[in-house]
Amino acid sequence: MTIASVAVVLIQLVLAVAVTPVLIGVMRTTRARLEGRVGGGIMQPWRDLRKLLAKEPTRAPGSTLVLTAAPILLVASSLLLCALIPLASTLALASVPGDLFVVVSVLLVGTVALALLGLESGSAFGGMGSSRHMVIAALVEPTVLLSIYALSVPAGTSALAAIVQARRADPASLLNPVSLLAIFALVVVVIAETGRLPVDNPSTHLELTMIHEAMILESGGRDLGWLELGSWLRLTALLGLVANLALPWGIGQDAAPLTLLVGIGAITVKVLVLGAVLAAAEVFIAKLRLFRVPELLAGSFVLAFLSVSASYLVF
Amino acid sequence: MNRLARPEIIHVGREQLVEAIAGQLALGFRLALVAAHEDDRAGADATFRIVHVLLGTAGERVEVVVEIPRSDAWLPTLAGISYPAGRFEREMRDLYGIVPRDHPQPYRLVRHGHWPTSFHPMLADADPTPYFGSHAGFPFAEVTGKGVYEIPVGPVHAGLIEPGHFRFSVVGETIVRMYQRLYFVHRGVEKLFEGREPADGIALAERISGDTAVGHSLAYVMAVEDALGVEVPERDRLTRALLLECERLYNHVNDIGALVNDAGFGIVNQHAGRLRETLLRHNARLTGHRLLRGAVRIGGADLVAAPDLDLVASVAAEAAELAKIATDHPMVANRLNTTAVLPLERARTLGVLGYVARASGMTVDARTEQPFVDLGPAFRTVTADAGDVRARFDVRVGEIAVAAGLVADLSARIAAADVAAPVAPSGGGGAGLGVVEAWRGTLVHRVEVGSGGVLTRVKVVDPSFHTWPALGIALADTIVPDFPLANKSFNCSYAGNDL
Repeated sequence: MTIASVAVVLIQLVLAVAVTPVLIGVMRTTRARLEGRVGGGIMQPWRDLRKLLAKEPTRAPGSTLVLTAAPILLVASSLLLCALIPLASTLALASVPGDLFVVVSVLLVGTVALALLGLESGSAFGGMGSSRHMVIAALVEPTVLLSIYALSVPAGTSALAAIVQARRADPASLLNPVSLLAIFALVVVVIAETGRLPVDNPSTHLELTMIHEAMILESGGRDLGWLELGSWLRLTALLGLVANLALPWGIGQDAAPLTLLVGIGAITVKVLVLGAVLAAAEVFIAKLRLFRVPELLAGSFVLAFLSVSASYLVF
Repeated sequence: MNRLARPEIIHVGREQLVEAIAGQLALGFRLALVAAHEDDRAGADATFRIVHVLLGTAGERVEVVVEIPRSDAWLPTLAGISYPAGRFEREMRDLYGIVPRDHPQPYRLVRHGHWPTSFHPMLADADPTPYFGSHAGFPFAEVTGKGVYEIPVGPVHAGLIEPGHFRFSVVGETIVRMYQRLYFVHRGVEKLFEGREPADGIALAERISGDTAVGHSLAYVMAVEDALGVEVPERDRLTRALLLECERLYNHVNDIGALVNDAGFGIVNQHAGRLRETLLRHNARLTGHRLLRGAVRIGGADLVAAPDLDLVASVAAEAAELAKIATDHPMVANRLNTTAVLPLERARTLGVLGYVARASGMTVDARTEQPFVDLGPAFRTVTADAGDVRARFDVRVGEIAVAAGLVADLSARIAAADVAAPVAPSGGGGAGLGVVEAWRGTLVHRVEVGSGGVLTRVKVVDPSFHTWPALGIALADTIVPDFPLANKSFNCSYAGNDL
């Protein structure tokens, strides 16, 4: 472990926390403007977060430690994700490799924390949300593994930083079918994992249709603030991963301040643009009937599987 | 067709009631209203007079009247021959204490568990401030079996809607049974009418259900005119028809957006909201009120300005385009098609009304069955067969086009019609019936005016009273996340149902 890699991790954490509310703001504003609304402004999620974190949480009598711990666990796992995924630089902590299996496991920690929180409230909505959430998680995790695995075959390593580095060194590999199929599968599962349309509607008020929102219905104040931040950070981390896998340019490869600065700028622009594109696409799609979501996710699994098969044929 | 024929009035004893009603139902009439009246309030021989109003499909009106002593207040139940009758009886028992004998569903309807059991709010001697005790439990049919769980929703909901409790019994995501508990907003509207001058009742009628200001005030006013023998000039009747279509327009446009929004396609809702606002501002120019209040009066109806036909036509065209964008979208179409089907025979049995009935293939529409003005060739009844959410969506879309055509046609006819002198209501009393096709469906008011010229009884039947029970039927085999879509496609009124 070197000073430089610790510095990179710290920079990535600060960057992620700073960019995340802006990312959500950009996505909401993009959607609002395309729909002909003014919207709350790019900084509104940040203001919401500040307000929520300053508020005392209201907890039901009889609630257990889960209600307190789950938001912290979610934020911690999301922050760990931001540290492990190469966002601004491919310099990784030597002792904790940003291995794809580690990343998927950390992702799952947050997922389980949310599902337990949903059950904790004891209301039917929470349980309903948790059950739907776990169904989707069970379909999403294998695809995440498979699609990144397909990309790891040409690089010969399962360390994410090394995969990104290898892809940057060989730009021709970005456009081969293995890569395109895997990236497409990954985009679909990122959408499902982060609760965006067409899988979940983050802006709905209808409890019966909710997935993510149903689990956090009973949380308030500081608890809700941490839950929101944790979920948003996951979106930033996963979008950052997709962005750096699809377009690895700009990411820093050493600890020189200039390359780090370029890396910070590059990932910020990439994540915000990708978020805006995602939000723009959401304007044109509706929510799938719940029982058709597995079809969508199975489709993305097939793409990821094809990608893995192809990667052995090509390389 | 200035005034409809007086209703045929049949007096029967309670022993012949079932037979009399069954005879009328066999003629193809439908039970539209049942109103109890407290006669001879002070005397020892006090009686309840119960009026059953049946409507035919060609303007026929029949009233079956039965009188029963207050000391022995029971009626043979009609629930076996008419589902709506069974609900009217339950409402009557809760509000008046008249017991339907051998009722198959002897449960409370309007009354909540915390009301005192002897409290019947419509009675003249009802305690105005009864002691509302603690909640006496909430019995409902529990579905048991492996993997069945319950989802209680409401009565307070997340959106800007009124209170209603829905209890779902669910296996996985499939709804096995849905129990609805309404009547959280009992305001005693019918009792508030009593003792008022007829003209004073209009403002109250407009406020029964905010989105049906014209429908309720017009049904009320027509009932009063029927009772007092007031003739309404042709021009005013045309104006009233125009107002009804304006109300239908803005509500249907709003529903189209809201329905598609529940499928997660928000952009259509934004634009529908814009169109609705355009129509509301047009309403304000037309009548001085965004929700068209204040336009209907006894003996006539007034517009402040002539309708802007270009605006109405362009809104209707845009609404049609929006609807096409939504239904051409494969994901939206997939959500709407085959969701929450209400089969025709169930719709008939339950006696549903309005767009819900027409989407299941029924042609029930007061504009053809009980018309107060000839709407001419611009009018046609829009129906669909599938009975699903899509059909209810399509019927609304069709009705927007028809309503826009009617607004243009009616406004030309209004401009051409002679201005007649306003008719002052005559004195005296009587009973009268008002039937209009409001945007949700056929709306009926029955009014009795006493000899002193004040209202003695007003009974209001919103189409939602007939349509609410169908929601649970249509939900069979629907999945939980599709409930909001199904509910929105019915869009029954809470306030109109619970008076």
